[in-house]
Amino acid sequence: MMPFDMSPARRIRAILASAALSTALLFSSHGAFAARTSLVLGMTIEPQGLDPTAAAPVAIGQVTWQNVFEGLVAIDREGKIVPQLAKSWEISPDGLTYTFTLQEGVTFHDGEAFDSSVAKFSLDRARGPDSTNGQKRFFAAIDTIETPDKATLVLKLKKPQGSLLYWLGWPASVMVGTKSAADDKTKPVGTGPFTFVSWTKGDRVELAANPNYWNKAVKVRLETVTFRFIADAQAQAAAVTTGGVDAFPEFAAPELMDNFKDNADLVTVIGNTELKVVAGMNNARKPFNDKRVRQALMMAIDRQTVIDGAWSGLGTAIGSHYTPNDRAYVDLTAKLPYDVEKAKALLAEAGYPDGFAFTIKTPQMAYAPRSAEVMQAMLAEIGVTMTIEPTEFPAKWVQDVLKGADYDMTIVAHAEPMDIDIYARDPYYFNYKNPAFSEIINKIEATADPAAQDALYQDAQTILAEDVPALFLFVMPKLGVWNAKLKGLWENEPIPSNVLSEVYWEE
Amino acid sequence: MTGLLLRRIASLVLTLLAVSALIFLVMDVLPGDPAAIMLGTSATPETLEALRRELGLDQPLVLRYLSWLAGVATGDLGMSYTYGVPVAGLIAERLVVTLPLAFLAILLSVAIAIPLGVASAARRNSVVDTAVGFLSQMFIAVPGFWVGLLLVLVFSVSFGWVPSGGFPGWQAGVLPALGALVLPAIALALPQAGVLTRVTRSAVIEVMNEDFVRTARAKGLPRRKALWRHAVPNALVPVVTILGLQFTFLIAGAVLVENVFNLPGLGRLALQALSQRDIIVMQDVVLFFAALVIVMNFLVDLSYLALDPRLRGRT
Repeated sequence: MMPFDMSPARRIRAILASAALSTALLFSSHGAFAARTSLVLGMTIEPQGLDPTAAAPVAIGQVTWQNVFEGLVAIDREGKIVPQLAKSWEISPDGLTYTFTLQEGVTFHDGEAFDSSVAKFSLDRARGPDSTNGQKRFFAAIDTIETPDKATLVLKLKKPQGSLLYWLGWPASVMVGTKSAADDKTKPVGTGPFTFVSWTKGDRVELAANPNYWNKAVKVRLETVTFRFIADAQAQAAAVTTGGVDAFPEFAAPELMDNFKDNADLVTVIGNTELKVVAGMNNARKPFNDKRVRQALMMAIDRQTVIDGAWSGLGTAIGSHYTPNDRAYVDLTAKLPYDVEKAKALLAEAGYPDGFAFTIKTPQMAYAPRSAEVMQAMLAEIGVTMTIEPTEFPAKWVQDVLKGADYDMTIVAHAEPMDIDIYARDPYYFNYKNPAFSEIINKIEATADPAAQDALYQDAQTILAEDVPALFLFVMPKLGVWNAKLKGLWENEPIPSNVLSEVYWEE
Repeated sequence: MTGLLLRRIASLVLTLLAVSALIFLVMDVLPGDPAAIMLGTSATPETLEALRRELGLDQPLVLRYLSWLAGVATGDLGMSYTYGVPVAGLIAERLVVTLPLAFLAILLSVAIAIPLGVASAARRNSVVDTAVGFLSQMFIAVPGFWVGLLLVLVFSVSFGWVPSGGFPGWQAGVLPALGALVLPAIALALPQAGVLTRVTRSAVIEVMNEDFVRTARAKGLPRRKALWRHAVPNALVPVVTILGLQFTFLIAGAVLVENVFNLPGLGRLALQALSQRDIIVMQDVVLFFAALVIVMNFLVDLSYLALDPRLRGRT
């Protein structure tokens, strides 16, 4: 069927390699005098496959992006676009031609040389008819790809695409080898500072430092990295307390964070993510098609109370579909502030003086039912009855809400960074149609001038804060807990990731 | 004897066939499209189509069922949608965790239950009996995963004797691997031991009241000898029946305990496959569980023949 089978010889080699690695880990953890060069990093969700260009789950990128795979450009810890496999680029004034100058002397872990033909292959694979890339839309504007020489890559676009460069920094846009791409799902081969060693399904992925890493400017200090997948929050707490895991960059349970406070061996770091918790409404359905009703619901909700109830007070309130990590962020939480009287008045004005009843479809992830329960109580204050209907995520939620748009209200954390454009997509589950908003999104894509884009992003945020096609609640915190001697992990998460090239153990 | 065996094997195959059709249908009506789940919120219709093609989900239902069945019959369980590796390998990798765990739990529950049950039957209505009754009630009432959490808190977090979870793999050595399985096995075994203790107690009491035991006692056999030589062996049939049933409960209970201890076992695989709608993995794992239950019942039937000579003459 699919060419992913492991030959017996390869399997034996993989087993030997992992055995050697485990032995190495055993010794290194006992060698108290040598500098520590191994890291065990915990994650809640195991990735499905290890090719970020072949499936959407963020966990794939959180293991492989910037560790195994690299892109033409990268997103740094401040969320900025930085050069990577392309050392520089030029964008034509009409925004239709992107000319990249590529790094030379870069090789993949299997020895294949990286050049413009490989870059073309990677992009063609992502945008081709057989592409299963979750972000295929990124490449839709590309018309032709030219390779005038080995170190030059020219993208000719059908129309300007202001976000293209940013998108090229995403995990879904990484460069893959022509020989290895088909097997990346199980044996990822990239150009990054770490090579793939083994994957014990259901338990761990092991990486080792790449001795031939091309970027000499980066001093990689870790020798071996083990990603361990632990779903249960109590098990996570036990693992990081006993030292079985050195770091949980995204610890699963905010209510357990206090347990680490008195532990001098551990530090807790609370940063920002791109996970926007929003209660989307079906804007095509009555009464949510009335802006006053949506505004009334927004004003009936005290965001801080939701954050307190759902996420132990950790998290940042938002007034639009935008996070403080994002460029040109404006705090719009005061646009429709918590005001029960005003909310009642708006409802009455819209023709619902006695309120109404509706159903919210909530996924099972802890934040969703907890937020919904708090919201339920607050909406009751203005006479609105909300019934909570648990909806299995992802399967049933994707079918009912995302694909079917068969719902009144839902609540979910949108993980993709800078995805304010989802309110301009048609179809999309909000059924929100605002030509003025769509026009702004089009303008953002039509220009490549960052300052002009920033101004437009501010307009877009403001329109949404006023229109509330979804109730904007809060941004999930990045709850980091790790060994106090471990340095260099990202505190915020402008893009879902675990970048390890700058991580080291302090003596 | 041979006739019985053949009949059992034929019914075994038929049962499995029926189960396979049932699983396939249930998986098919389950809401959720594997491709849509894998490709996330921004997927375009063409990419969804391309992935469905790649996974073979664009084929008609009957064709998919038959090709799955043909694969299973020839030992090819198919490719996992999400992992992209053969399902047979995935199941094999998980079995080396779940089967030892289940056997260890069975051993433990027998080692706990038989002495407790016999002791409690031998001294009916004594302090020992009351204490055992209380203990077994508690074992049954307390959920295994909670016991697991407690064990982790005491033996890993406080004492640091064993790792708090995870599985080093058998390649790391038998002792570290067994060490990782001890706490989960205890958590799994206690509720089963509770049930088994009560079954053992009542079975032994019943046999002790039988005429032949009274006769033996009347002929001068001491109570202790009557208990171990006559009552206990005769009480084993119901005990083994429960044990056989428990094996299935253990495999099912392993889902929760594997989660608490983060063991990469079959239960976790099933749970993960279900939430991701990795349908092919679900089908194979459920079919495997069904086969396991059927085979286990078969073995229990066979063990009756060994335990009860009277049954050997029949059929």
